[in-house]
Amino acid sequence: MTVLYFAWARQKLGVSGERLELPAGVRSVRDLASHLSNRNATWSDVFSDLSSLRTAVNQEHVSWDAPITANDEIAFFPPVTGG
Amino acid sequence: MTIRVQREDFDIAAEVDALKRASNATGGVVTFIGVVRDNDGLSSLTLEHYPGMTEREIGAHVAEAKSRWPLTGVTVIHRIGRLQVGDNIVLVAVTSAHRQAAFAAAEFLMDYVKTRAPFWKQEQRGDSTKWVNSTEQDQEAAIRWLKD
Repeated sequence: MTVLYFAWARQKLGVSGERLELPAGVRSVRDLASHLSNRNATWSDVFSDLSSLRTAVNQEHVSWDAPITANDEIAFFPPVTGG
Repeated sequence: MTIRVQREDFDIAAEVDALKRASNATGGVVTFIGVVRDNDGLSSLTLEHYPGMTEREIGAHVAEAKSRWPLTGVTVIHRIGRLQVGDNIVLVAVTSAHRQAAFAAAEFLMDYVKTRAPFWKQEQRGDSTKWVNSTEQDQEAAIRWLKD
């Protein structure tokens, strides 16, 4: 799968995207966020409070319980501020 | 319909002209232009977006606007990159046979561009930078369209 990060999430993590194998036991976006938060203190800092983040699967806004599969494009980002 | 995300400025007169020429049924054009304002000593804004999702999300809302109002044309152009105070950020231009539909659809589209299209603003003031937070007010502006 492809995982993308935007705005302050990208900036704090120091990466705009990566390719990942679907981790064992990960079924929803929430599971993936929890998996990523275990990487180190920086990742834990970004993913510990999901209320400050939003997520999309295959370029559509979804809730944290949305299912994910090995070929999906997942994105994590703060609430949008365009216009 | 025209949807573009670009670094360069847009030519408002040329965009309005293109919309007018596209349909003889057009009786009015409504345009909204978002501009970078001087907010508390702001020196510049930097906008980033999610290529692909942005165009999809705006496209879906343009399609919804067309299903809700009898529109003859829609143009949405959003800029990215670094912008200075006074620069254009976004253009929403809507044409219809009559003004009511064009006014309503332009407002609907702007409310959804602000709350659903994946753009993020960072503010620069001197040497400091800050990501802009989304506002409750913008969320409520979009939610009201669900109550109709």
